[in-house]
Amino acid sequence: MTPTEVYQKLRERFGEAIGSFNEKALDPYFLVRPEAIVEVCRFCKEDPTLAFDCLSNMSGVDYLKENKIQVVYHLYSYPHRHKIVVKVDVPRENPTMPSVEGIWKAANWQEREIYDLLGVTFTGHPDLRRLLMPEDWIGHPLRKDFVEPEEYHGISTRRESLLK
Amino acid sequence: MSLINSVPEMVVTTKIDEVLNWSRKSSVWYMLFGLACCAIEMMQTGGPRADLDRFGAVPRATPRQSDMMIIAGTLTLKMALRTKVLYDQMPDPKYVISMGSCSNCGGLFQLAYSVCDGVDKVIPVDVYVPGCPPRPEALTEGLLKLQEKMMQERWLVKKTSTEEAARAA
Repeated sequence: MTPTEVYQKLRERFGEAIGSFNEKALDPYFLVRPEAIVEVCRFCKEDPTLAFDCLSNMSGVDYLKENKIQVVYHLYSYPHRHKIVVKVDVPRENPTMPSVEGIWKAANWQEREIYDLLGVTFTGHPDLRRLLMPEDWIGHPLRKDFVEPEEYHGISTRRESLLK
Repeated sequence: MSLINSVPEMVVTTKIDEVLNWSRKSSVWYMLFGLACCAIEMMQTGGPRADLDRFGAVPRATPRQSDMMIIAGTLTLKMALRTKVLYDQMPDPKYVISMGSCSNCGGLFQLAYSVCDGVDKVIPVDVYVPGCPPRPEALTEGLLKLQEKMMQERWLVKKTSTEEAARAA
């Protein structure tokens, strides 16, 4: 199936929960409402004509000016060899959305990483802890307004340039 | 000269410090501990071609049996605390070789939010080996430099200088 066909099929099935579609992009994508993401993803995986059995990538982007965080799912189907990109917008203040860990196990660490670096809370995740940063780290480093702390446990994070 | 001439030829005279240092430098057991890509070069250095064993340096799997620690790779802030714990577990006298740009000063990742820029912010370093990563020859040279440094130590002389006092503390 082409990305347009995938979009039309999902649009018929879920209606308003599926947002606008961009087929001009290098990887065509469409938006999904946060509360509908689990149903849409489950349908994408289990419907035999779609059969997106592989969550090949999952990431997050911080849009400071638009005051939103976008979570991006790259889906791929090994049986049909087609792919699609699904995006979800969540607000920057207290971003919360359901977890898709129950559908693709690959989402487990990806969601932990997005939680760690961008602060998106995934409800229903079995083990939502920081993945890369220390457990007692304050803040989410990939947010555009993140300010690096001066020190961490007495270790200064500043170093004078030797080139001066 | 008369004293030396008076003893048999098979007797070698030396200083106790020299003997202590010589035996110490000839068995620098280093901790098997790698953080990033530099650890691959460290394995090569321990391998048959560079062969760090020639200088009495063999890897140990625990800090409690180690004399020397090679910080091989990027030190993240998360790992910095654990590295300090490992260093504290080593018995005195202990030495540290900082291997590669990352552990020297943070290197390429110096401005990253998660990287400790320089292992010397956490533990004292004896020898810095530059390179990204240093070749096995460079790390071998670092060990030889450390051995030179060990030969200059005077364990029987009372420590007076502030640096040595800080080291002993």
